[in-house]
Amino acid sequence: MRTMKGIAFAIAEAIDQEMAERQDIVVLGEDVTYWGAVFGFTMGLHQKYGRDRVVDTPITEQTFFGMAVGAAAVGMHPVVSLMFVDFLGAGFDQMYNHMAKNHYMSGGQFAMPVTVLTAIGGGYGDAEQHSQVLYGLFAHVPGFKVVVPSTAYDAKGLTISALRDQNPVVIFGHKLLTGLPFLPFEGEEEEVPEERYTVEFGKAAVRREGSDLTMVSAGLMVHRCLRAAERLAQDGVAAEVIDVRTLVPLDADTLVASARKTGRVLIVDEDYRSYGMTGELAFRIQEGAFDALKSPIRRLAVPDVPIPFSEPLERAVIPSVDRIYEEARALVGAPARTA
Amino acid sequence: MWKPEPSLADLQYLVEKAGLTRDALLSAYRQMCLIRHFEETIADRYYIGKTPEFNMAAGPIRGEMHLAVGQEAVAVGVCSLLEAEDVVVSTHRPHHHALAKGVDPSKLAAEIFGKQTGLCRGKGGHMHLFDKEKNFSCSGIVGASFPQAAGAAFAFRQRGQRNVAVAFSGEGAANHGTFTETLNAAVLWQLPLIIVVEDNMYADSTPKWAALSQPHQFQRALGYNVPAYLVDGMDVIDVYRAARAAIQRAREGQGPALIEAVCYRYRGHFEGDAEEYRTKEEVELWRALDPIPRLGNRLKKLGWADDATLEALRAEAQRAVEQAVAFAEQSPLPDPAEALTGVFR
Repeated sequence: MRTMKGIAFAIAEAIDQEMAERQDIVVLGEDVTYWGAVFGFTMGLHQKYGRDRVVDTPITEQTFFGMAVGAAAVGMHPVVSLMFVDFLGAGFDQMYNHMAKNHYMSGGQFAMPVTVLTAIGGGYGDAEQHSQVLYGLFAHVPGFKVVVPSTAYDAKGLTISALRDQNPVVIFGHKLLTGLPFLPFEGEEEEVPEERYTVEFGKAAVRREGSDLTMVSAGLMVHRCLRAAERLAQDGVAAEVIDVRTLVPLDADTLVASARKTGRVLIVDEDYRSYGMTGELAFRIQEGAFDALKSPIRRLAVPDVPIPFSEPLERAVIPSVDRIYEEARALVGAPARTA
Repeated sequence: MWKPEPSLADLQYLVEKAGLTRDALLSAYRQMCLIRHFEETIADRYYIGKTPEFNMAAGPIRGEMHLAVGQEAVAVGVCSLLEAEDVVVSTHRPHHHALAKGVDPSKLAAEIFGKQTGLCRGKGGHMHLFDKEKNFSCSGIVGASFPQAAGAAFAFRQRGQRNVAVAFSGEGAANHGTFTETLNAAVLWQLPLIIVVEDNMYADSTPKWAALSQPHQFQRALGYNVPAYLVDGMDVIDVYRAARAAIQRAREGQGPALIEAVCYRYRGHFEGDAEEYRTKEEVELWRALDPIPRLGNRLKKLGWADDATLEALRAEAQRAVEQAVAFAEQSPLPDPAEALTGVFR
């Protein structure tokens, strides 16, 4: 089987393979032709399908997201690039007030099959307005499916699922997992089937099994948790690492089952700490595993500050392998709760 | 918009030039009466439980209510030229557009009353009306209609369909970024899009002189090389003539157009509006241009109707509204459990 480095080519291949057989798919967004939406998610498509189906839009997020709503309402499946998730402010009304609500508001009359591709994350010096994750905002609003692939295999299968979904699906691709030459790469080169396949939404993946603690995360943080887990193993600590894969729908069962097994949970997130994924996952886990928890759930996330520019400052706020390792050590070292 | 009232000979010329037949004009008259009665009946029911103290949550119709009394000619002049598959995206003031596009008055009224039998089964309400069958939708967010209609137009162009999409808006929405963004995109991609700006002089309470840098929005369209029509929105024949040209161009693949229809709403921005921003005299002045008697007088002038015919059409419209509202009033409210369904398909 051929191997693939990173999620960018996997996503582009998924779109290509679906577009080849379906006339309803069109790609809209800034720089989606020559630059493949900058982070590669649409690379190679315009050479094959032309500018009528792969359309460079003016820099007008609210308008091309509104166009996606209007086109979806008459049976198209737009694939829309939000180049950096940080740009959502320029188009969010059409997304959260329309795309996410029209099916509900219309009493189920209008499906909204739209796939949104967006690049997330920091760690390469792009600072406050180009390094955020923000999937918590989308997950908070009812109506979006929130997909955060961490591997090329998942990226391809989840994208094909999105393209066959009748609902708005936002795919959050981490820049440090794209595999593009101009960015650091923290993923793994891996085998990806050439044929089409789907990865189901709402199924978390247990990336590493362990019995001493559970680490839960998404996207890039899955890889950092796995690296921390290797170091923990050298200390004789067996960490289980779970990749939620989709925040909406959320596979709470897998999280709860793992928490019941290990009794200790660390949630790691690159989004802001408060009112976000860490809090929501902690709530779901305690709901199903309260009696099995040996100590309070811990979390590591961006500590409610914007992402700063200078390298030591940026490193201080985005969870690193070292910090995850230390937090995990503190968690397993904490005294167990007595009944 | 004061303009010379045409003589009989001129009227005959105008009507012929617009491609309007007796049947088309009688139908327009009936539709405008339907809208007028619909809006006035909704207003009547809206105030049940809201007097003497106005409480938006009280009575059989809850929430805000934006009625289009006075603006009937714009909706009818444009929508009477549309086909079933053509798309209309409307605004927070959507009833006249919905009725003119052929939305069933009973389902529309039931939705306004929040009933199970409503267009959206009570989930949308007056500002969020959707009818998949009639290709009608609207949004309570100002400026949202432009790109959504452009998206439908984009799909039509992509699929080689001869359909058009119409975005209605008020003149206040012309200040929204989506207006100019959409004009640019529509020209760029030659979309079969018609933007209809209903200039009713006020953006909520803000008079147009206080918010718009120029009195007419067609000027902005011309800046993007979008063919634009300035029409008397209180004159259905005028609206029809421009709409016919715009729609024909769009169907033939010649791209977008804009129609600016100068009109007036006789009621407040929303029901309960104290209307501090205008005088009663101003409202009365505009009554001289009321589009319904104006069309009625012309029908009589043309010899196409007499008072009895007009009265019969009006009565027919009134009966249809009474039936629709009775249907809404008698329909059941939705089961509360339905609130938790339908986020995803």
